[in-house]
Amino acid sequence: MSKRLEIEIAGLKLQNPIMLAAGILGLSRALLIEAIDNGAGAVVTKSVGLQPKEGYNNPAVVHVNCGLLNAMGLPNPGIHEFVKEIRELKEARAHVPVIVSVYGFSVEEFAETARVAVSAGANAVELNVSCPHVKKTGAEIGQNAILVSNVVKKVKAHIDKPVIVKLTPNVSDIVEVAKAGVEAGADAVTAINTLRAMSIDIETAQPVLANRIGGLSGSAIKPVAVRCVYELYESINAPIIGCGGVTVWQDAVELMLAGASAVQIGTSIASKGLRVFKSVTRGMDSFLKRKGFGSVKEIVGLSHCR
Amino acid sequence: MSAYLTAAKLRTVSIVNIKDETPTIKTSFFHDRFAANAAPGQFVMVWIPGIDEIPMSLSTINPKEGFAAVTVKKVGDATSKLHKMKAGDIIGIRGPLGNGYSLTEAHNIMIVGGGTGLASLAPLTEKVGAQENRKVTFLLGAETRDELLFLKRMNTYISKIKGRIVATTEDGSYGEKGLITQLSNRLLSTEKFDVIYACGPEKMLYKIFLLAECYDVPLQASLERFMRCAIGLCGTCVIGKFRVCRDGPVFSGDQLRQVKKEFGHFRRGFDGRRTSL
Repeated sequence: MSKRLEIEIAGLKLQNPIMLAAGILGLSRALLIEAIDNGAGAVVTKSVGLQPKEGYNNPAVVHVNCGLLNAMGLPNPGIHEFVKEIRELKEARAHVPVIVSVYGFSVEEFAETARVAVSAGANAVELNVSCPHVKKTGAEIGQNAILVSNVVKKVKAHIDKPVIVKLTPNVSDIVEVAKAGVEAGADAVTAINTLRAMSIDIETAQPVLANRIGGLSGSAIKPVAVRCVYELYESINAPIIGCGGVTVWQDAVELMLAGASAVQIGTSIASKGLRVFKSVTRGMDSFLKRKGFGSVKEIVGLSHCR
Repeated sequence: MSAYLTAAKLRTVSIVNIKDETPTIKTSFFHDRFAANAAPGQFVMVWIPGIDEIPMSLSTINPKEGFAAVTVKKVGDATSKLHKMKAGDIIGIRGPLGNGYSLTEAHNIMIVGGGTGLASLAPLTEKVGAQENRKVTFLLGAETRDELLFLKRMNTYISKIKGRIVATTEDGSYGEKGLITQLSNRLLSTEKFDVIYACGPEKMLYKIFLLAECYDVPLQASLERFMRCAIGLCGTCVIGKFRVCRDGPVFSGDQLRQVKKEFGHFRRGFDGRRTSL
């Protein structure tokens, strides 16, 4: 892959700016290696907490016309079990940054989970303060600037690796929350997590998801992600990782023009398979070459009038 | 959206008929254009509204008349509810999902099914048997006579084609007494088969895999794992580097060799933790 695509974000060196998003495939070492071997510049694991969690009953995922709805309920084996996967992953693919997504039901749980993840070899942590469908964590923290600030401060005090805050779009002002995170010491933000959404089957009048309410991802939310990244770029002093509905290389370029330094991919793996990483990085590389850019860094935030 | 993902969208269908197969197993028939055109070995996610959504192999695939069926053993909340349903009741369907069995040019074919594993093998046998120049050896096993699935259906079908059917029961109440893997071993040691198709409990599949390795016969085995998204995103059904929902559920002997540390040994729960099989 060409040098044009190399980036550095929050101190992490990536061979290309296209990352695997949290929640996708990321519960086992083997599937994360598959993502890396298919060209992901970095991988974010599924969100892990202090205790194992089975998540919600099925249906946990359902297609809607413009995207995908999910309410998994943060299933994970608990960080003390998950460290095996992190260690083996780092042994197998040392050159690609592994970012462990962590969640907690208290600031202490966030900090302890992050500490254990880093001690196992995580290159950074992404704080899940944006899951829209689990009570007392996720977006219930991420919708409150003070709570976000408290979590970031506590985690920063416990680890010496980069801390990324994954933001929820389910707020009236995403900038306010992001600022609180950055002022508390966050090294980068990821925008955005899923949008709260719902689907009802009309024949049975039943909400389809077992949890009734879930999060919308996929193509439908890309314009929301572009807007959020654009607003954040104008106002915060930290790199932004764009996430939401990236399916083709043009989507990734668009998010970067809005201000993202890197881009995450999740839902489109269902339609494109893991080949999506190569198709997006190759398309992006050709675009840069055609436009005469020497580095992908040159297009970050290019759509802003300055 | 690809055709595959179009079929993966949830729709509701009415159950048109329910058939008692054994004291613990029932078949539910429904009309659905996608499921009726599935490949043998593909599965559907069956939504029992208000209860759960579970992966189920298609046990009947009838493209001419546009219907399909799932054959379900009563084991938990969702399957109990499905057993209580009547014609006219509504279920949700996503799929067909996964890859299905690959059909080869093989001449001498062994098909081995244990328990509800017979569900996916019945439509496979009916497809394979319809082709010219095929010899089918159909082996089915269960603990006892009453639980031998599709005995009559397969007896009737095999009698019309070039093939034989042999049943085993662990208590000897029907057919040969013993395990189906013992019977397979005996047949494999005396006769050269071109391919083995297998579905059933993973311990049984693992033994069949070892036999296929030992006698150097290509294998196609259908695996089961807990599933959530069923479209290759969530990773719940992972085995080694494969996702059972998307890369499987049918795997070749070559693929199973690559995941030998997991296959037959452990699976992951919904929380991703490992449980011994």
